[in-house]
Amino acid sequence: MKADPRGVLTGTHFIDGDHACCEGALAAGARFAAGYPITPSTEIVERFASRVPTVGGTFIQMEDELAASITLQGAVWGGAKAFTVTSGPGFSLMMEHIGYAAMTETPCVFVDVQRGGPSTGLPTLPAQADMMQARWGSHGDYEIIALCPNSPQECFDLTIKAFNFAEEFRVPVMFMMDEVVGHMTEKVVIPPADQIEVFPRKHTHKSVEDYLPYGTNGDQVPEMAHAGEGYNFHVTGLTHDERGYPNMTPPVQDKLVRRLQNKIRDAADRISLFEEDQLEGADVVVVSYGITSRVAQRAIEAARESGLHVGKLRLITAWPFPEKKIRELAAKVKSFVVPELNLGQMVREVERAAAGKARTFAVSHAGGGVHRPEDILKVIVEASRCQTA
Amino acid sequence: MSDRLITDIVNAGVNPVDHILRTDRMPHIWCPGCGIGTTVNSFARALIDSKIDLGSLALVSGIGCTGRVAGYVKLDSFHTTHGRAIPFATGLKLANPKLNVVVYSGDGDLSAIGGNHLIHAARRNIDLKVICVNNLIYAMTGGQTAPTTPGHSTTSTNPYGTFEPSFNLPHLVEAAGAVYVARWTTFHVRQLARSIGEAFQKKGFSFIEVISPCPTLYQRRNKLGDGLDTMKYYKEKSKVRHGAPTGEVGLTMTGEIIVGKFVDRDRPDYQTMMRTQYCESLGERFVEQEEMVCS
Amino acid sequence: MQLTEIRVAGFGGQGVILSAILLGKAASIYQGAYATMTQNFGPEARGGACSAQLILSDSPVLYPYVTSPDIMVVMSQEAYVRFAPELKDGGTLIVEQDLVRVSDTNTNKNIQVYSIPATRIAEELGKRMILNSVMVGFFTAVTHLLDADAVRKAVADSVPKSFLDLNLKAFERGLEFGAIALTAPPSAADAELLLEYSPE
Repeated sequence: MKADPRGVLTGTHFIDGDHACCEGALAAGARFAAGYPITPSTEIVERFASRVPTVGGTFIQMEDELAASITLQGAVWGGAKAFTVTSGPGFSLMMEHIGYAAMTETPCVFVDVQRGGPSTGLPTLPAQADMMQARWGSHGDYEIIALCPNSPQECFDLTIKAFNFAEEFRVPVMFMMDEVVGHMTEKVVIPPADQIEVFPRKHTHKSVEDYLPYGTNGDQVPEMAHAGEGYNFHVTGLTHDERGYPNMTPPVQDKLVRRLQNKIRDAADRISLFEEDQLEGADVVVVSYGITSRVAQRAIEAARESGLHVGKLRLITAWPFPEKKIRELAAKVKSFVVPELNLGQMVREVERAAAGKARTFAVSHAGGGVHRPEDILKVIVEASRCQTA
Repeated sequence: MSDRLITDIVNAGVNPVDHILRTDRMPHIWCPGCGIGTTVNSFARALIDSKIDLGSLALVSGIGCTGRVAGYVKLDSFHTTHGRAIPFATGLKLANPKLNVVVYSGDGDLSAIGGNHLIHAARRNIDLKVICVNNLIYAMTGGQTAPTTPGHSTTSTNPYGTFEPSFNLPHLVEAAGAVYVARWTTFHVRQLARSIGEAFQKKGFSFIEVISPCPTLYQRRNKLGDGLDTMKYYKEKSKVRHGAPTGEVGLTMTGEIIVGKFVDRDRPDYQTMMRTQYCESLGERFVEQEEMVCS
Repeated sequence: MQLTEIRVAGFGGQGVILSAILLGKAASIYQGAYATMTQNFGPEARGGACSAQLILSDSPVLYPYVTSPDIMVVMSQEAYVRFAPELKDGGTLIVEQDLVRVSDTNTNKNIQVYSIPATRIAEELGKRMILNSVMVGFFTAVTHLLDADAVRKAVADSVPKSFLDLNLKAFERGLEFGAIALTAPPSAADAELLLEYSPE
């Protein structure tokens, strides 16, 4: 389906990542947002609040992030495409509702413009330290999708992708920005609406009698109905059967939770997006994402100039983690270098997927700024000298 | 139970509110003597009497014994997270203003963990009908103190008696801005049904408190008898005082229960105010929200 | 265009960020180059120190921060003291001459200094807040980095419609002032302005 032109601000703009994210949401068809102000993410909903009454939709500023993160889900069941926007402390408050969205299969997008933590931390300065929280933050077993833009253009493009994945898989999608990307201003090209592909809601066409709210038709993703359409369906965060009725027995739990996981895992190859460069013949592969992928580029170029064979793998999708790709590379390269603005999060995934076949080096940073390229370079040099595991 | 209702049952051989219930989910989980089922009966009656379009009705519950109401009504029904029925319902209503949205939950869910949402939804005057079953206790989790537990009650977390002051919910929601506030007990089934019907006629934040027994955890622990004893207490100690100043309707463990319609006033609801503001500020640039169904 | 690092600094309310946006927009939208702008701000909404970093290049800009600026625009003494030392050898320093006193310490780095009383010119045109358009015009003239036409277009589509003419006028004044600064010794340019400037 093509985008609704009313939400698409076609043209060439010089805007920051926060603003581009808002335009991406509008282009994707989001007509509802609930939010609570928090630096450095607020510009996204400020722009939405200004734009949406001219497009036909609603923004509501809620009393806290707990409210924002569930109000948007009410809106989804009322028929809207909806999202919320926050940063670390607010993201922590939203965790329960990320679990609710996963359990009830409510398609929606949570944008987290990451700042330094823990707690109030560094409100105006960057970090990438919510990556594990995005994956594991709510209790219980579940699976989400997380995307990491590294430019304002990607804040636009990938926000649309985030909504599309949310709709296709009926899953909450985490849009993991960081303060630098959020506040960085660059050229953003917004194409005409007829060049923007939008995944429509998986709305049921079945009759009231035939409709099973959580019945899956072989593809693991149930069809949705909205309130007010006569289906009289029931939605609950309790373990439920195909009718949506609570059924708290181990077999029903097993079937449900495995499906919630498998609908994402089985499509991981398609969801996993990455950018690669000179992986062929590389001794060292730098794995990075978000703003760090751009900072690392300087170190990679310097290393190549000094004759090292350095490849680059940029994660665009962080979750599901592209473990197959890392596994394949691990068999060919000496080592991975993983710079990130945290004390070691995604590097654990790289290490796990490499399974001892290649060595893994973290280049950690506590946040508040970006790496100095020379610090990454130093580790690349070290990694290129190591003995293959 | 009204005479008419009894006649209906005898004549039809089925419960006349059956079509509003998910009978395939019966029996329900509520204890003998619990008042929640009684409130559901009054609610169903109100739906029938007010001839409201059931297809346009959505019901949202939080967590707790009353939170299970959403699972037993044959409506589009949402059993949400603890305390968050009101913000969920807010999203539902704003995305599809044609829906009649009812929030049906307990005192702990709505006024403790969800207390902030309660006052803000009242302040904004979101067009929601809130039915709060107040059994004075956290029942699902085993009888802990709630913000509504009257002083000197014994609970599992105040085994030597409660000493913190409790919330007077009608007073709270009136102060926060609700346009319709009423209170009944589970003894007042017809009055309750009538109030629910009235709330459907109001546009804005309506709040109906229903005082209801929890024989298993509140009455028993406080030596207040069983469900029937509680009915007698409600009958004897309830005083109907329509328009009573809500500041005077606080509850005690064994004292008088002031019931009635306390507040019935008009002020524009959230969506009306929003639309007016956008029209004024944006003029022709304002685009009316269409039905958001993104098929 | 070679990769060029630029820092614009001053205090909040001077249009520091907007100046950088105008230049970045001119480069990336109207001149086909690449531009990346980042900004630093303190917790103050107004009046605090404020700085923007802008990188222009013919190829995509990856590393988003300025490490050793080729060009620096400073509009307050505080910004001058803080940032001037990081200016590259042989770099260009553009200052608001009434607000910044340039010390001699920079001269040994072979730095080219251009001064303009942008605030006064803006006030003379009737609105102090258009000083950033004056500054951007001046920048365009003295650096030769961007086409005047590209910057003019960027100014035109970035300012509020009601102040469009005023901003364009401010831009042209900055441009003219820069052209004079390039040909005449700075003192002469200064004198010329003083002739035209009539305090109220």
